[in-house]
Amino acid sequence: MSLSRADRQLLALLRGCALLSAVIVLLILLFLLRESWPVLRQVPLLRFVTDASWHPVDGLYQLTPMLSATLYSTLGAVLLATPLGIASAVFSRYYAPPFLAGLYRRLIELLAGIPSVVYGFWGLITLAPLIGRLHPPGVSLLTGILILTLMILPTVALTVDAALAAVPIAYVRGAAALGLSRWGLISGVALPAARSGIIAGIILAAGRAIGETMGVLMVAGNVVQQPLSLFDSVRTLTANIALEMAYATGEHRAALFVSGLALMLMVLVLVGTAELLFRERRYD
Amino acid sequence: MKKWAMIAVSTLIAWAVWGFFGTKSDESEIEKLVLTGSSTIAPLAAEIGKRFESLHRNVRVDVQTGGSSRGVSDARAGLADIGMASRALKDDEKDLLQFTVALDGISVILNKANPVEALSKQQIIDIYTGKITSWKQVGGNDAPITVVNKAEGRSTLELFLHHFGLKNTEVKPHVIIGDNQQGIKTVVGNPDAIGYVSVGTAEYEASQGAAIKLLPLEGIAASVENVRNRSFPLSRPLNLVTRSEPVGLAKDFIEFAGSPQVNDLIEAQYFVPVPR
Repeated sequence: MSLSRADRQLLALLRGCALLSAVIVLLILLFLLRESWPVLRQVPLLRFVTDASWHPVDGLYQLTPMLSATLYSTLGAVLLATPLGIASAVFSRYYAPPFLAGLYRRLIELLAGIPSVVYGFWGLITLAPLIGRLHPPGVSLLTGILILTLMILPTVALTVDAALAAVPIAYVRGAAALGLSRWGLISGVALPAARSGIIAGIILAAGRAIGETMGVLMVAGNVVQQPLSLFDSVRTLTANIALEMAYATGEHRAALFVSGLALMLMVLVLVGTAELLFRERRYD
Repeated sequence: MKKWAMIAVSTLIAWAVWGFFGTKSDESEIEKLVLTGSSTIAPLAAEIGKRFESLHRNVRVDVQTGGSSRGVSDARAGLADIGMASRALKDDEKDLLQFTVALDGISVILNKANPVEALSKQQIIDIYTGKITSWKQVGGNDAPITVVNKAEGRSTLELFLHHFGLKNTEVKPHVIIGDNQQGIKTVVGNPDAIGYVSVGTAEYEASQGAAIKLLPLEGIAASVENVRNRSFPLSRPLNLVTRSEPVGLAKDFIEFAGSPQVNDLIEAQYFVPVPR
């Protein structure tokens, strides 16, 4: 089948756009490599995981505590935000009276629009002292996870809500005709039918949690160490860059770009894993 | 409709292209002034440079960092018109000229609810290296100390470590902060925290009702006044360095940086203007 002229023009345009996005990602990767080259050239890669600590000014470049901090905080936030987000979407879709559901959705959208630095500020002033009373110093992995949860909760809630709204009405009517209870309809029909949308929402939220900087920077304490408990202070990779970039020079600056590279690799691995895990099931 | 969209888009593109290429037309007449050195002074020098540029058309002030030592060696080698050094010149550098534009001082701060009124130099060292872990050991409450340190590369960290003869690898922090505001918020929110920030910021925030107190050092109160009269021990001069008596543009810039016209810029960076 030959394409019409308009189709061919559109195809060329779309190809161009796709190529552009791919090239931009590659350019970012190249830029990161070039900026981190002064350190990568001199320091063997192994030292980024075997050095005693992260003291770039003294030539020590241990990155793994920050990798695990990023991983733990993201994981914790996703684990907390997923059930809460799904519950919130189910409530507004199937249980709340229409006027309340509308109001509730506006509120969640408002929550999504609050800048992360505001969450961080609130966390530093209100949440951290509260947690500090449980266990000093208050700024900790736990505080970071809670702030991140608040930040990604609207993402999960809104995408799940949209996925539930897209469940064909015939399914719902069919379930009703079979005499299913409301909970039976939700757990047996609506949630399974909306599964791919829900998973997409979770991945989106995880992406936001990994990349989040200011909120975590303000409440997580930023000490570079392997956390032994939820109350330990941790530093994420993004916070590391934001904290030190403004005053870093020479190899210190290059080492920060290495942490940027590490973050990019981590995102690649996560997205790749998610892709592998859900590939077969996505098109059923 | 489509036509109007096309016109709007092409106007935007034309505007962007003009912005990109159009403004560089009279490059040839531009005089350049290069400053290199201390990353503490660089942000201040860049701000002063912007104001200097706005007063002198066709002058571009180029500020590069690389540490006080680079500032001194670049000024000596003539690689920079002006070097920046956040310390006084050493004895073997006395062939150069220095002009102090501002003073930098830092204050150790505690929460207002903490009964401890003063700490000796050794006590502060022991707290920061983890040898003293409870306020009880220095006459305060029976509570664990939360040590607040600065992120690597910050000038306040450098000055603090230098004054107390510490290495950053020896410090055992519980919290690491970026800017002064974050440090003050952290100490306000935690009654058992100890931290340090610029004297200017601490004094201002304390006067605005923040629940912090500034600890005296070696019996001298931490205040902008005592930094200005150079009696406060935890302070240092921010110097511009030149190879010989400055002339032309460099002379104008140094005079401008030493004039009251830039006091607001100095204070905005939490430094203390020198008495003129």
